[in-house]
Amino acid sequence: MKDIATAPTTAVSNPPVQPTEAYFDARDVVRISATRDVPRPERQLEPVAKLIDVSKCIGCKACQSACVEWNDTHPEIGENVGVYENPHDLTPDMFTLMRFSEWENPATNELEWLIRKDGCMHCEDPGCLKACPAPGAIVQYSNGIVDFIHENCIGCGYCVTGCPFDIPRISEVNHKSYKCTLCSDRVAVGQGPACAKACPTQAIVFGTKEDMKVHAAERIEDLKSRGYENAGLYDPQGVGGTHVIYVLHHADKPGVYADLEENPRISPIVEGWKGVTKTAGLAAIGLAALGATLHGLFSRGNEVDDHDTQAADVLVKGRDPDDTHGGQV
Amino acid sequence: MAPRPYYSERGDRIDGLAPVTVSRYRGFTRANHWVTALALIVLALSGLALFDPALYFLTGLFGGGQTTRWLHPIVGVVLFFSFLLMFVQLWRLNMPRPEDTTWVTKFGDVVKGNEDALPELGKYNPGQKFVFWAMTGLIVVLIVTGVLIWQQVVGHWVSVPVRRVAVLVHAISAVLILLVFILHVYAAIWTRGTLRAMTRGTVTGGWAWRHHRKWLREVASRDNKGPAE
Ligand code: SF4
Ligand code: SF4
Ligand code: SF4
Repeated sequence: MKDIATAPTTAVSNPPVQPTEAYFDARDVVRISATRDVPRPERQLEPVAKLIDVSKCIGCKACQSACVEWNDTHPEIGENVGVYENPHDLTPDMFTLMRFSEWENPATNELEWLIRKDGCMHCEDPGCLKACPAPGAIVQYSNGIVDFIHENCIGCGYCVTGCPFDIPRISEVNHKSYKCTLCSDRVAVGQGPACAKACPTQAIVFGTKEDMKVHAAERIEDLKSRGYENAGLYDPQGVGGTHVIYVLHHADKPGVYADLEENPRISPIVEGWKGVTKTAGLAAIGLAALGATLHGLFSRGNEVDDHDTQAADVLVKGRDPDDTHGGQV
Repeated sequence: MAPRPYYSERGDRIDGLAPVTVSRYRGFTRANHWVTALALIVLALSGLALFDPALYFLTGLFGGGQTTRWLHPIVGVVLFFSFLLMFVQLWRLNMPRPEDTTWVTKFGDVVKGNEDALPELGKYNPGQKFVFWAMTGLIVVLIVTGVLIWQQVVGHWVSVPVRRVAVLVHAISAVLILLVFILHVYAAIWTRGTLRAMTRGTVTGGWAWRHHRKWLREVASRDNKGPAE
């Protein structure tokens, strides 16, 4: 029998030689798209997180390569349009993307070259999952990983509408939605994400969310001691916190990092669509249909009577000369 | 050419005398109506399937979620053009007329079926006109918002904030059009003798006298002045 893997607390360790069983699976699901009342799992897994320290990133894109390799995707060969982003956006074959921004810091008058690794944030309150109409196409595990289950996906693109970070991408080939999995298939067998493993500067690290916060705090202290007084952690509470978190040297201005959302939350429009519109709309349709059926069954209806028929006869055939209405007018 | 009739279409005529029947819709219009109706029903079922998880099972009618996802917008385009064709045929007599106001103010008599208290009407009563214009407006809104959220066609070109508004407006309009649809079906059944206008194409003289007297008068007078005389 295979041993059960232990939850990974780092991405740097090498894999065990012996094959192991996944340490979490379908039993640990806490949220399922288009499914109400998911039973509480028997156990609560330790929340995990991937920490991305933008101040350490050198923009080498090793993470992108590792992601492509591990997930066996085949991004198209792109075209150089004079910017460093490659490809130019996230795609169904590119789950993570280095976004480069040239920013003139008004405080120092210096040009700063900011690099942010974009990709799914693994929200605690995922908008993609809320918007998805297909039962089981998106699930969330109790360790915080939000995963797309492709066989249940119908390719409608509602997840794109729901995501506050504009992450999911729908394949034009098989009409399924794709995004970073947080390497759930690696994590399940005790391995850290491929991108974190590949990162040469350890700008990307992985472990329990608690550990990552502690590590982030050390990094922030270091940055502050070196003059970045606004350094801080990006773990947006508007979506309940995320399981991909950033250390930013300008945490007061997330927008300078290629338009990172200042205060992300599930859009009230999406909430309204999935909430009151659905409930009130279905209730209205149901009541109308029921009322119409009942009234239709029990009311007499508006019947044509003999008087109408005679009057029409007179009008059309012009038979009754006394009639003041009928005949030719 | 004779001037355009005011309360009827040129094609409306007395169809039979024993008993009196009046032709109301020609075959083309009826076929057009039923294609539109079928499209609307398919759209309602497939749309509801994606609207609430409790109704997701409806995707089974179409062979699964992926099929439902691509079928729905295509049928939407069919509905749009089918309705457009109907619109061209019907809009003129659905324009409001002064007597409509009186009819609306006496809505109590409408519900009671007390038609003697109501003004004489042309081919359509204000209720039918409401259904017509509500359908028209909602179909335009639905096709526009529907295209905006049609992932496979415009997915990359429409920004996420626009998609959010579009999907919400699409859902609300869909609810409204279903309410109008229920009203339409209900009224057609409650007003006995109406359905045959869309099946056989004719109505009885009594029906026309009771509900659309100005229409009947115009059709009858025209027929009496026909070239056969
Ligand atoms: S595209 Fe797939 S994952 Fe996204 S909302 Fe639709 S069914 Fe859900
Ligand atoms: S970032 Fe977007 S795709 Fe990722 S979990 Fe959050 S809502 Fe879903
Ligand atoms: S966690 Fe895995 S899937 Fe996500 S970006 Fe990194 S390598 Fe790609």
